Amino acid sequence: MEILLQQIINGLVQGSIYALVALGYTMVYGILGLINFAHGEVVMVGAMLVLSSLTAMLGWGVPPVLALPISVMLAITGCMALGYGIERIAYRPLRHAPRLAPLITAIGVSIVLQNLAMMIWGRDYHSFPQLFANTTHSFGGAVINDIQIIIFVMAVAIMAGLMVVVHHTRLGRAMRAIAENQHAAQLMGVDVNRVISITFMLGSAMAAVAGLMVSANYGLAHYYMGFLLGLKAFTAAVLGGIGNLRGAMLGGLLLGLIESLGAGYIGDLSGGFFGSNYQDVFAFLVLIAVLVFRPSGLLGERLAERA
Amino acid sequence: MISHFARSLSLAAATLMLLGCGKSATTEQNASADLVVRIGASAPLTGPQAHLGKDNENGARMAIDDANARGIDIGGRKVHFELISEDDQADPKSATIVAQKLADDKVSGVIGHMNSGTSIPAEKIYSDNGIPQISPSATAVAYTAQGFKTAFRVMANDAQQGHVLGEYAAKNLGAKNIAVIDDRTAYGQGLADEFIKAAQANGAQIVAHEYTNDKAMDFTAVLTAVKSKKPDLLFYGGMDAQGGPMAKQLKALQLDAKFMTGDGSKTPEFIKLAGAAAEGAYASLPGVPLDKMPGGKAFSGRFVAKYGPIQLYAPYCYDAVNVMIAAMQKAGSADPEKYLAALANISYDGVTARIQFDAKGDLKGGAITVYQVQHGTWQPLYTMAANSAAAH
Amino acid sequence: MSRRSLCGSLRFGLLATLLRGFFVMQFSDKRNRLKFWLVLAALLLLPFITDALLGRSWVRIVDFAMLYIMLALGLNIVVGYAGLLDLGYIAFFAVGAYCYALTGSPHLALAFPMMFPAGVHLPFWIVLPMAALVAGGFGVLLGAPTLRLRGDYLAIVTLGFGEIIRIFLNNLDAPVNLTNGPQGISRIDPVSVAGVSLNSTQHIFGIVFPAVHLYFYLFLAFTALVVFVSRRLERSRIGRAWMAIREDEVAASAMGIDTRNLKLLAFAMGAMSGGASGALFAGFQGFVSPESFSLMESVMVLCMVVLGGMGNIAGVIFGAILLALLPEVLRHIVVPAQQALFGRTLVDPESLRMLLFGTALIVMMLYRPAGLLPSRVRRRELGADEPAAETSVYDATH
Repeated sequence: MEILLQQIINGLVQGSIYALVALGYTMVYGILGLINFAHGEVVMVGAMLVLSSLTAMLGWGVPPVLALPISVMLAITGCMALGYGIERIAYRPLRHAPRLAPLITAIGVSIVLQNLAMMIWGRDYHSFPQLFANTTHSFGGAVINDIQIIIFVMAVAIMAGLMVVVHHTRLGRAMRAIAENQHAAQLMGVDVNRVISITFMLGSAMAAVAGLMVSANYGLAHYYMGFLLGLKAFTAAVLGGIGNLRGAMLGGLLLGLIESLGAGYIGDLSGGFFGSNYQDVFAFLVLIAVLVFRPSGLLGERLAERA
Repeated sequence: MISHFARSLSLAAATLMLLGCGKSATTEQNASADLVVRIGASAPLTGPQAHLGKDNENGARMAIDDANARGIDIGGRKVHFELISEDDQADPKSATIVAQKLADDKVSGVIGHMNSGTSIPAEKIYSDNGIPQISPSATAVAYTAQGFKTAFRVMANDAQQGHVLGEYAAKNLGAKNIAVIDDRTAYGQGLADEFIKAAQANGAQIVAHEYTNDKAMDFTAVLTAVKSKKPDLLFYGGMDAQGGPMAKQLKALQLDAKFMTGDGSKTPEFIKLAGAAAEGAYASLPGVPLDKMPGGKAFSGRFVAKYGPIQLYAPYCYDAVNVMIAAMQKAGSADPEKYLAALANISYDGVTARIQFDAKGDLKGGAITVYQVQHGTWQPLYTMAANSAAAH
Repeated sequence: MSRRSLCGSLRFGLLATLLRGFFVMQFSDKRNRLKFWLVLAALLLLPFITDALLGRSWVRIVDFAMLYIMLALGLNIVVGYAGLLDLGYIAFFAVGAYCYALTGSPHLALAFPMMFPAGVHLPFWIVLPMAALVAGGFGVLLGAPTLRLRGDYLAIVTLGFGEIIRIFLNNLDAPVNLTNGPQGISRIDPVSVAGVSLNSTQHIFGIVFPAVHLYFYLFLAFTALVVFVSRRLERSRIGRAWMAIREDEVAASAMGIDTRNLKLLAFAMGAMSGGASGALFAGFQGFVSPESFSLMESVMVLCMVVLGGMGNIAGVIFGAILLALLPEVLRHIVVPAQQALFGRTLVDPESLRMLLFGTALIVMMLYRPAGLLPSRVRRRELGADEPAAETSVYDATH
């Protein structure tokens, strides 16, 4: 029983991380219908920025209480600038181009960011400094630590915040208008370019937070870490229904749970024939099954004739 | 449409021509007096294992620089060595291209590749071109089992190392219930399988065998699954980038088991990533500890001063280059055809071991040392002869 | 004349006929016929020219480029013609490669000594169609559950499918050792044509043909075949139906097109081309392991198709050549260029190489969003300057 509880906690923590990243994918997709394949790399850049500014400040003797918020702000600002730049350079000129063209530039951006990061931060793994005592709480035989609780709370809070932005502000109304019809929105006086830029910056700010959370939780950062994370988060976003904020959250948590329960129990369920080596197979099969019955994901809007 | 096709072809041809011009005379022999001998090296210099690949390159480069500084005569002529380092991206296909390129560059020998998955397909090309290849770190048994005369390694294979680790876990550490995790790479899986065989042969029980992959960061799910089986020792077959965080998450889950792993995680990186959780972890590394070898301490001191901490296989690369040069000196020629036989029969005292090859090209009579993390550094515990292991 | 050289000339005869079959419709008048022979001569001489100018590693790179051309043309059927975004295409390449590897290596003999005491070792001409058929079967297997999916949902499912295949290949070493897991399968028989192993140097009419050259001609023949099939498909009823589905599935189905079967056929045809080139790859490389079939490879092949110009055979070929050669070209020029500019190597060649590669992808797409050599349909659409229907991968978004 305690094992099951522990697996559920594992899944929720991992899922919250996926959800944090998936929110960024889904924001952009919801408005532009574009898979921002470089999003995972922005997460990586966020982690690296936090890490290097933090290490530098700690080295200068800045107390952690001060250093952490400053470096987080730095990383968020840096990532927002990066997100703005990516949209400006790689996506905006292609807004009316064939649909796969921005996909290729996104892959290009992703390769460029990875290799730039390798040149700047090197090939080594960076370890995340332990700033505060990370207390472990134990209940019912299962354990969870402070960082993990923060991750979960952050994911929910950020989703809630985004929901408020999208549904209850002028900016959000403009976003939804663009999502419905870009031309009509423009005619109604929406500054399309500005709103799209802000969307990218918002998504990138979340990526920075996600990067911080990931590297704090696992205690490491590496120039290659964005790729797999981005892929998993994208899967989560599609599972929940890409373009839908609650869907990203649900998809992320669900994928996390599927993975941890899959890794924990496939072996027992299949009599030892399959093991945790088939964890991803299991996750993808669930995804395929969901999409066969609900082709737009769990909470996807039934705009069936839109891609 | 066909004009498009023709155009694209001519474009491609133009690109090739351009390249032809780009290939300049820099590769010609520099001075008339010195004989230039090229040695190739290949490892992944991009991708997740890039930090280890660069370490390999540095090890080889240092040996080359040393040899040039020392001034080596081969067959009465002064020799200038040149290192040609290529990125194989840990990808088998790129490895064959790299191999062919090194063959085209007329290298006298190759140090590489780093991974088994790249060494094996490249092996055939080196053999076709008669170029001796010494892998510093390919551990798959299959590498020397293909029957190519040109393939050597200065590293114990999975069978030798897994055997020592399994025996040590079951006998010396008295582990009864062992859990195993491997990363499903050729290296991790090969080592884990050999470990399991040896541990079982020494009376231990494998209570769980779980899996991860070489890009993963989260191991809580598999570790929780392992925890439910209550092992007294966890063995991980894989590299430091996963091993470090895994040791950390193991502690965080309050799973009270000893942590043991192979050479791929016996790095400073592992300790850095695992933090306090690294304390007490076991790992093995082929060869005798560096500071117990003559010249070993001097080597590591100079290496650290020049390139920073040794990641993993740099000393093996250093040895591989030196063994190759020693064979050339012995044969009095840098011509692969002539020095290959000398290489096969060499006995050379390197910084990692006394290097001798058996008929297959495997390291003969090498030792394997088990280390433990004590006070934040890897300390040697116990050295075991790999002989018995090689025999089985 | 020895038997060997006879075989050689026979092979050339066959090759010429094949190539001619492909070009003949384009080169019906006299001037064009001359062009055809010139192109053919250039192609036949290509390995020798490359070898002489650049070295043998370039012949090998060109060989791999040919494999990529076959892959890209196969994917073009799925993405370019039928408009189905496939991010797991490399799985079919993997299936073909493993078909060849299992039947042409000692692995089965070692793993199942009772069933296959001496391995299988079927002749190449049987294994190749078999690999294509098996891959085609997997294509249908992938197509079936995804018929209702569109666009990005299809992309993620195909991506998952590609990963599933790779994971199975990586793990089916236990409980029965079918694929030898991550260790891969080595000692695969080389392709042999008419009793001549392509893995050896041949002397024909006093000309030396090293192994890489021989493989080049083999790959050239198969590429010509794939090009031929692609061309015929493009202009056939089936091809037109695919394009109708691509442009507007609802309308196509209203016009009486059996969208289900035609989509499945597209997946199967694309997969067959991938499977065949996979088998060739296994024979060429002599070693297969699951790490060769990663997601990044699928992405690369898709880049080739999109970058070159979806739906246009010449464009796709160009894209494949470009992307297969580019990283290698950069490998060779990054260091000398830095040496020439700054007198020393400032930046690690490896990081700069991939950096330039990524930049090239972005820049090329920015300047030629419809691909470097777009298809005629596509060009017409762009010229019309009108946002088309929203369902196809071809479309402008809003």
